[in-house]
Amino acid sequence: MSEANATPKRVRTPKPPRAYINPYLGGALLGVVLFLSFYITGNGLGASAAINRVQVAILNVFAAGHVDRVGYMSEMGGGHRNALDHPSVFMLLGTFLGGALSGLLNRRLKFETRRGPRISVPARWAIAFLGGAIMAYGARLARGCTSGQALSGGAVLSVGSFAFMFSIFIAAYALAWSLRRLWT
Amino acid sequence: MAPFNITPHAGVVAYFLVFFLLGLGFGVVLELSGFGDSRKLAAQFYLRDLTVIKVMFTGIVTAAILIHLASAFQLLDLSRVWVNPTYLVPGIVGGLIMGVGFIVGGFCPGTSLVAAATLKLDGIMFVLGGLVGVFFFGETVHLFEGWWQSTYLGRFTLPDWLGLPTGVTILLLVAMALGMFYLAEIAEARFGNRQVVQGRRAFPGRRALLVVAGSLAALCFTLILKGQPSVEDRWSWISKGGDRQLAGREIFVDPAEVVDLRRDLSLFVRILEVRSEADYNLFHLAGSERIDIDSTSHPVLVRSLLDDTDNTIVFLAGNGEQDAVEAWKRLRAQGVLNLYVIEGGINHWLEVYPVGPCVAQRIEGTDASAEVRGGETLRYRFLAAVGEQSPSAHPEVARREYVPDCAMASLAGPAGSVASAFTGGNAPRRDYAKKVKIQKKTVAKGGCG
Repeated sequence: MSEANATPKRVRTPKPPRAYINPYLGGALLGVVLFLSFYITGNGLGASAAINRVQVAILNVFAAGHVDRVGYMSEMGGGHRNALDHPSVFMLLGTFLGGALSGLLNRRLKFETRRGPRISVPARWAIAFLGGAIMAYGARLARGCTSGQALSGGAVLSVGSFAFMFSIFIAAYALAWSLRRLWT
Repeated sequence: MAPFNITPHAGVVAYFLVFFLLGLGFGVVLELSGFGDSRKLAAQFYLRDLTVIKVMFTGIVTAAILIHLASAFQLLDLSRVWVNPTYLVPGIVGGLIMGVGFIVGGFCPGTSLVAAATLKLDGIMFVLGGLVGVFFFGETVHLFEGWWQSTYLGRFTLPDWLGLPTGVTILLLVAMALGMFYLAEIAEARFGNRQVVQGRRAFPGRRALLVVAGSLAALCFTLILKGQPSVEDRWSWISKGGDRQLAGREIFVDPAEVVDLRRDLSLFVRILEVRSEADYNLFHLAGSERIDIDSTSHPVLVRSLLDDTDNTIVFLAGNGEQDAVEAWKRLRAQGVLNLYVIEGGINHWLEVYPVGPCVAQRIEGTDASAEVRGGETLRYRFLAAVGEQSPSAHPEVARREYVPDCAMASLAGPAGSVASAFTGGNAPRRDYAKKVKIQKKTVAKGGCG
């Protein structure tokens, strides 16, 4: 449980990371950011579309012809289109930097691997990679991730978003017991 | 009125900057709440630390209340806000797959970004895995494209589904969230592991709880009492420009322009006739739909109009113009774009594309166009109900041969007696001032769409 602090590098300020904020306060702040997003732009928050665009942009460097031929990718980055020319990409950049900024100010910016007590670091990396791939596939299938579909769609009361949200929790809770070695 | 159309006013740089700043706020809040820690995220599935559910539902409830309050006080035009369209089955299957990814990987896409940003190596691996996942989706989506587009319900919200007012729906949502929070606190007290739970005492004390619950209830009752803006309210937002368009007759389209647009295969022309069922059965334009003036605020009709593609042009026609203009106001108020009125209604249409005298006869003394335009009675006496069978109902169809208009009417005499009837695509060209300008829908796709 304490591997995060197992091999601390020499740090000048030995202060521990600050505690996370009260979840209800965090939720209220999240709600305000989400509201501002809808109020100003008419859109919610999101992450997975931008990840998709980054992927298409990377692939476009190595195999531009392939991006042009696959319909789904070509819509984003085919021909003269720049897959990164989209507001969601800037939101992704902001999310990344916002996370880094808060991590820095709260002394949580540190190379480390967060994992369950019974799993090795390489195994944690492997399942994180696998989980990321499964998650992203599902997110595109559902036309949005936890942020873009569940959170944003939930705030504007979309029926599909609520069905989607409960599906996530059902699948994860159903598997939690069989996969307890990963986390407990 | 919000939401704002940023690019035309402030430029694309400002537009992207706004998204960047919103993302910045999003990232800070996620990190502050502890979403950069996979253990904390996964602990929810073992009922040890239910931060995720607390943050998420507090966020949804807060945003839902603020959004709908802003709408109720006419600060935000909800019809221009992106609501994730419902594709029920793909959404559920995608959600189930994501649930598997969540318990395996310990993140969701947004939180993995924050974890990667704070240099958590498992977060970085998750993001890399995500890039591979979206790549595989792009490669395989063509295999099940039809299924992926199935069970489409469009913009479908909980109030539509439950048939309840928005305020009541949100009150129920708040009650559900508070119930979940209560259960979450019990679960944490029972299964919680102090070493994992890195935070302060989360749930407010009894007195604070009463204050919070009370103010949430007060906000919900404000929503219920205030209600969402009516169609009349919405018209008042745009009535200045709308009245100018009506006075300048910018939205009244000559029948010949409608016919020309119906010939254009790149456009979809939708015609709504605001007429009584009896008149509609006597004669209507081919492929048109009949509506009542009251059904202009029916959610099914409005949603289908808002859902139409950008190349759809909607025409309204009454017997005259009055009812169509009223319907135009109401539908415009609800955000329907590319909406026009057929000049002079069906009465004028039948002057331009006449039916044979054996089908219908003009009631005399009403050829003055001004009176026809205003009057809402059908100025033709039909001898039989021809529906859309008459060539006048689809003048854009070119016919190689002369089609006797009276063939279907048993009253018809020899073909020669209908020589005056209009015969479809062979009609002489008609000059008109073009009015239709296609407008693109400005609602952009959502962040994740």
